[in-house]
Amino acid sequence: MISRRDFCKKSLLVAGGLTIPLSALELFNPARLEAEKTDGKKLRWVFLVDTHKCVGCGFCVKACKTENEVPYDANVTRTWIERYVITKDGKTHIDSPKGGRDGFEDSRIDVGEGTFEEIKNEEINKAFFVPKLCNQCDNPPCVQVCPVGATYQTKDGVVLVDRSWCIGCGYCVMGCPYGVRFFHPVHHVAEKCNFCYHRISQGMQTACVDACPFGARRIGNIRDPNDPVTKVIMTERVNVLKEEYGTTPQVFYLGLTKEVK
Amino acid sequence: MVHGEAWTLKEFFTYPNEYIYWTIQIVMYPFMTGLVAGAFVLSSLYHVFGVTQLKGIARFSLVFSFALLPVAMLPLMLHLQQPQRGIEVMMTPHFTSAIAAFGIVFSTYGMIVASELWFVYRKHFVENALKLREIDDRNLSEHLWHLLYTVLSLGTTDISHEALEADERAVKKLAAAGIPVACFLHGYAGFIFGSVKANALWMTPLMPVIFICSAVVSGIALCILTYIITMEIRKFLAQRRHREHPELPSPDELKSAELHVVTMTTKYLVMFLVAAITLELLDLIFRGYTAMKSWDILRSVIYERDFVNIFVIQYGLGNLLPFIIFLTPGLTIRRALAGTSLVLLGVFMMRWNVVIGGQAFSSSLSGFMHYVLPVWPDSMETYKEGLMGALTVAIVPFCLFYLLNKVMPVFKDTH
Amino acid sequence: MKSHVWRPLYVVLAVIATVLVVRKVLVPPDFGIGSRGYMYGWHRPSNEAEWQKVTVKYRTSEYCKTCHADKYQEIKTSPHASISCENCHGPGLRHPDDPRALNIDRSRELCARCHFRLEYPTSGRGKIRGIDPKTHNPGLDCVTCHWPHDPRKQGHTPAKTAATPPSQNTVSKTSNPCERRGHDIA
Repeated sequence: MISRRDFCKKSLLVAGGLTIPLSALELFNPARLEAEKTDGKKLRWVFLVDTHKCVGCGFCVKACKTENEVPYDANVTRTWIERYVITKDGKTHIDSPKGGRDGFEDSRIDVGEGTFEEIKNEEINKAFFVPKLCNQCDNPPCVQVCPVGATYQTKDGVVLVDRSWCIGCGYCVMGCPYGVRFFHPVHHVAEKCNFCYHRISQGMQTACVDACPFGARRIGNIRDPNDPVTKVIMTERVNVLKEEYGTTPQVFYLGLTKEVK
Repeated sequence: MVHGEAWTLKEFFTYPNEYIYWTIQIVMYPFMTGLVAGAFVLSSLYHVFGVTQLKGIARFSLVFSFALLPVAMLPLMLHLQQPQRGIEVMMTPHFTSAIAAFGIVFSTYGMIVASELWFVYRKHFVENALKLREIDDRNLSEHLWHLLYTVLSLGTTDISHEALEADERAVKKLAAAGIPVACFLHGYAGFIFGSVKANALWMTPLMPVIFICSAVVSGIALCILTYIITMEIRKFLAQRRHREHPELPSPDELKSAELHVVTMTTKYLVMFLVAAITLELLDLIFRGYTAMKSWDILRSVIYERDFVNIFVIQYGLGNLLPFIIFLTPGLTIRRALAGTSLVLLGVFMMRWNVVIGGQAFSSSLSGFMHYVLPVWPDSMETYKEGLMGALTVAIVPFCLFYLLNKVMPVFKDTH
Repeated sequence: MKSHVWRPLYVVLAVIATVLVVRKVLVPPDFGIGSRGYMYGWHRPSNEAEWQKVTVKYRTSEYCKTCHADKYQEIKTSPHASISCENCHGPGLRHPDDPRALNIDRSRELCARCHFRLEYPTSGRGKIRGIDPKTHNPGLDCVTCHWPHDPRKQGHTPAKTAATPPSQNTVSKTSNPCERRGHDIA
């Protein structure tokens, strides 16, 4: 008769013994290792933003909204510009009126619900603009949480939304740490920046890149070592947003500082 | 207008696309599933663990759990931007999403409860079907009842002693299987929130456990509450009938039975309440102690903006006061009624503070959002995601319970 | 013994069968796991082509150049060289078929997107010559004095309406209303 203690011991041993070969299979799968190294693909879209160059003109936002048919006056946008003003008292003032669609033609900071904060020029320590768009993360949390497979990542790294399949639960909107997603006011499904997939797929650049007069926005292929964007990302000190979420974002920033949210 | 704009006020810096996207319906959803799970656990205490003191309330809570079941789905349907596509959760489930499990868990759970109910009420179904079959000239309503009971008996008329014993065994097994499923159903509702890494307030592995505990609390509380109300009605009716039919239970008998059941049940309520509060406080203390990057803004939400909601209504009125009410010796029906109502309020506010509180700050951690609950609807959207939509969701289970009680009388001894 | 206990199970099986049948009907045939695996690639692949087929509205300056080589050359040799035609003229999508389809923005606000003076020392914005629209010739279109295709040249004359910009910049200097007026350009 097997005692209870023996039974527990043995079953643990058997269970443990079974998992070791299984996990080894997972650890040393050469095909998978190879796939993770290169992905075996020649194309992975990435974005490069130079915050030194951005002047907050908002032509990118304007072009994006028109190009991608996001209602122009709706208070949502696929891409936007944030203004950061850091004053001598160490405070950070941030705003993005209408997502920066009409540029920044007011030196006051919009603090919401129709109130503005005046900041004197001599108080400013540093001030700059940061364009934002979808990071087309390598581990997109928005895709992970979609309950029906209505959003997905293409093999070239762009996260798309299937407008005919989205149920509009909003889980992806909540799952994105960057606040990139919203509900399309006309189609009533999740909406997001897709690097102008229709343009980049035919050799064009995104509407925002074409609209930017200062070269603050660039799109490139990280798998192509000769791509000028890849060269900058590989050789210069670039940073990404909110890396701590483990999303592996693929929009790289030059001149990012700790104040940027 | 953009979805969410109608009820969101923004302050300081929020990302342009940020609004309160998950509104009162998403508060109602875990609240209702919590009631479902809690009611079922209560009935299982009798069926599985043989807590005989709960016999009086066990069948009642089982039927009530079934009445609540479709309503757990209702807030989700009201919340979806494309409700007609909701079925896709069953069609192309993406199981890396917590919501995808909903279809499967929900239907599994529904089937378990339905089967259990079938076994409990089978004798009643068969008896009625046979009784109605004997009437030769059935009128329309009798005909429909006959049809319904025949369908419900699923083509079997065996109500021999052995068959009924088999029923009881099946009930026990189903109730046992139902407990983990009920906990899973609600625990995963907690997982839906707890796994959102983008939200500093939601993200904690304690969330599913907190949700389960408070679910059981709210489920028991609602069962007691509804039980008291139905008993009061029965007492009122009994008073009138007792004079004509002395063989029926007298109001005094009913009253003592009622108080007995209520006292027993509140003991379990208090137990789960302690567990729920312990976990919630642990979560709060841990956040304050570790003080991660997001703590600054969380603190200002918890201790300043939502102070009344969290500490006054949720912990004070919803937890502390019922504690005192239940633990003071000599529980009366009236006090139990007040206590359970307050517990329900507390659990509702806990859901509110999680769902709405979690969206009270921008994920930039630099600004706030305020949810202005739409009271009078001026569009379908403000109806669905406003007070009226929530009230609709709250009323439906009672209507369903009324209908179910017609088919499956809760207070009639069948076995 | 044929037990009645299994009856609910038959009902459950019937429900599952129904769901599977409905699934066959409702789910698009190509729905499946894409290149990013089940976690990131569970989708309907034909949707990718749908997104690729979206109409391109901004056709880029290169597209404008095919007909308006002169304008293109002018702006490309000016300090405004990096500004895309469509930033001010609107998307060129339907313009060749319907020349009036362009929605040209000549507003002061458009110019102020860059030229509203903001003293931002650590941004490119601080280096742009800018004005305060409240004090700098309020009410007057910028293009009255400044020729947007080459800001070194002067703008439209009052005689010529804004709708018909001069094909060549041969504007008389004396007719310019803001001539010799001090510019509060930083």
